[in-house]
Amino acid sequence: MTVREAICEGLDEEMERDEAVYIIGEEVAQYQGAYKVTKGLYQKYGEKRVIDTPITEAGFTGLAVGSAFHDLRPVVEFMTINFSMQAIDHIVNSAAKQFYMSGGELACPIVFRGPNGYSAGTAAQHSQCFAAWFGAIPGLKVVAPYSSEDAKGLIKAAIRDPNPVMVLEHELMYGVSFPMSDEAQSKDWVVEIGKAKIEREGSDVTIITFSKEVGKALEAAEIMAAKGVSCEVVNLLSIRPIDREAIFKSVKKTGRCVTLEQGFPQHGVGAEIAAMIMESDTFNYLDAPMERVCGADIPTPYATELEIAVFPHVDDVIAAIERTTFRTIAA
Amino acid sequence: MIRLREMDTIFQNSQRQGRFSFYMTCRGEEAIPFGAATALESQDVVLAQYREQGVLMWRGFSLQQFSDQCYSNESDLGKGRQMPVHYGSRALNYQTISSCLGTQIPQAVGVAYSLKLSAANATDDGRETKKAVSLCFFGEGCSSTNDFHSGLNLSATLKCPVIFFCRNNGYAISTSVKEQYAGDGVISRAPGYGMAAIRVDGNDVFAVHAAVREARIYALENNAPILIEAMSYRCGHHSTSDDSFRYRSVEEVQHFANESDPLIRLQNFLKHHKYDNMTDDDFRIMVEDEKKAILYAMRKAERKPKPSLEDLFTDVYNEMPPSLKAQQNQLNEHIAKYPDSY
Ligand SMILES: Cc1ncc(C[n+]2csc(CCOP(=O)(O)OP(=O)(O)O)c2C)c(N)n1
Ligand SMILES: [Mg+2]
Repeated sequence: MTVREAICEGLDEEMERDEAVYIIGEEVAQYQGAYKVTKGLYQKYGEKRVIDTPITEAGFTGLAVGSAFHDLRPVVEFMTINFSMQAIDHIVNSAAKQFYMSGGELACPIVFRGPNGYSAGTAAQHSQCFAAWFGAIPGLKVVAPYSSEDAKGLIKAAIRDPNPVMVLEHELMYGVSFPMSDEAQSKDWVVEIGKAKIEREGSDVTIITFSKEVGKALEAAEIMAAKGVSCEVVNLLSIRPIDREAIFKSVKKTGRCVTLEQGFPQHGVGAEIAAMIMESDTFNYLDAPMERVCGADIPTPYATELEIAVFPHVDDVIAAIERTTFRTIAA
Repeated sequence: MIRLREMDTIFQNSQRQGRFSFYMTCRGEEAIPFGAATALESQDVVLAQYREQGVLMWRGFSLQQFSDQCYSNESDLGKGRQMPVHYGSRALNYQTISSCLGTQIPQAVGVAYSLKLSAANATDDGRETKKAVSLCFFGEGCSSTNDFHSGLNLSATLKCPVIFFCRNNGYAISTSVKEQYAGDGVISRAPGYGMAAIRVDGNDVFAVHAAVREARIYALENNAPILIEAMSYRCGHHSTSDDSFRYRSVEEVQHFANESDPLIRLQNFLKHHKYDNMTDDDFRIMVEDEKKAILYAMRKAERKPKPSLEDLFTDVYNEMPPSLKAQQNQLNEHIAKYPDSY
């Protein structure tokens, strides 16, 4: 099942389960979404529950937040997360904070979703990762699936969650197929928000990553295995809350840590993980300085050659692993 | 207009052949950029949405420059940083296209505010500054953005010489005007903001020209904004990522192409008035000549080297901060170490 189909199945099941769930965004109904994620839902649930809007991210996000304050459970699709910037005030200053500011009176059970991270040949305004941005906001939950199981389980968990949840999908993953376990095919399948997943067990170094980059980490782990280095790959799944226990446990076990993300390095997810490790006793278990693999610290260029130069590649991950494990290999 | 139609067609086909990742034509709307550009002065600043490449063409952006941008080679003025069609030229007073819809609308008000101030200053110290307006293009879909509403209101309250030019082409990707607004088009918003407005046949190049000419005079004489809504039809797909027959019929497109194609209308007009005694053959030769020139520019663009990695870190800031200098040095050392890979 492709990631696209898995998200759609999750949406479908939750709409069936709860009348209050509805989808809103540009071209989500008749066109079935810019990336065809909402395929078939308009046909099944009609125009009351799958709503096409005029082009106004600020407008329809504000509307959806209001409806969430008033007992509905909207799923807001952004054509790309980049366009959520036009609605940022509603997300950060209303959805994320009103529950707190109202003394717990105004809950906001809303889901924001859309493709995040880099895509191919779409340049600075369409191609960047917002995980660190949204991950910095108290009151908001932020998740990022990698596989089809993750995608279905997380969208369902997000919809059922009484808090606002930002689901960061990835354009280049929509068409990728993954096997679905029997449990994941069930209508009760949810992935707990806040828990990371060990994608591959290992003993020499921990690679912590999320979204599409999990694939690169697994590739790098495979290549390193052939060189005699055993990598543990942690798929974060949840950026906020972030699974500190899983991170600490794995890094304590391996004594080495590499983070991998598409976003910019400064104040990134990797930076947060570094701080977390420094501030805990996990620091004492490190046998080498931690390494971060990130996007370059510049707006994303368009030309293919430049684009290749700014995003992380498997080779970069391998180079970072080799730097942190150097002493092991040399010994 | 023939040059633009041919360029669009050839570029669209090149995209299909995989030569670059993305393209947008303005098929069916060619009268708009040319009607508008011919009514402006060169000092007038244009902030476009993305389907108005004809304005640049009229102002002298060469076929080579268009090709270099789409091929994203070392001659691209944008140094390979923007998607195809996101043209820009400071020399031609055409602000670089931004992908985020609506942002150009309040920005055009800011440009007009600055133009108004410099015109006022000029009279004080005797320097001669030509009076100028800003002209802001946007689609009818874009008129739903918050930026549209705040931009229009600000321009009216700040009394800025800006021409808001709405290309109403019936669609915003798959969203038709029926779902975009419930009132009478975009023009009906103007009175609410205390603004003058003109609705015009967007497929009649002379009508568009006259509307923009009058709007320019009005904006400068009154230091006031004005809204133009040009009614047209998007004959092409939204972009190369779109297949519009999923949401509209071939017959519908054919109807507009047959009944109101701005090129055919202009040709009929010229023939009817025996302009230069032009015949169908003359038009055909023009088309062939344009095609040749475009293909030549494209082939040249394709052969040019790609943008250099040297430029990866420049222009992030005016001066390169130490952190970026360090990254650039690292990159250079890396390339020096593995010269064969680059
Ligand atoms: C803020 C924002 N939301 C959505 C998009 C995606 N998008 C690009 S073009 C477009 C349609 C615009 O339609 P319109 O303004 O009518 O211009 P036209 O394409 O018809 O020329 C949309 C929705 C975007 N670029 N920016
Ligand atoms: Mg339109």
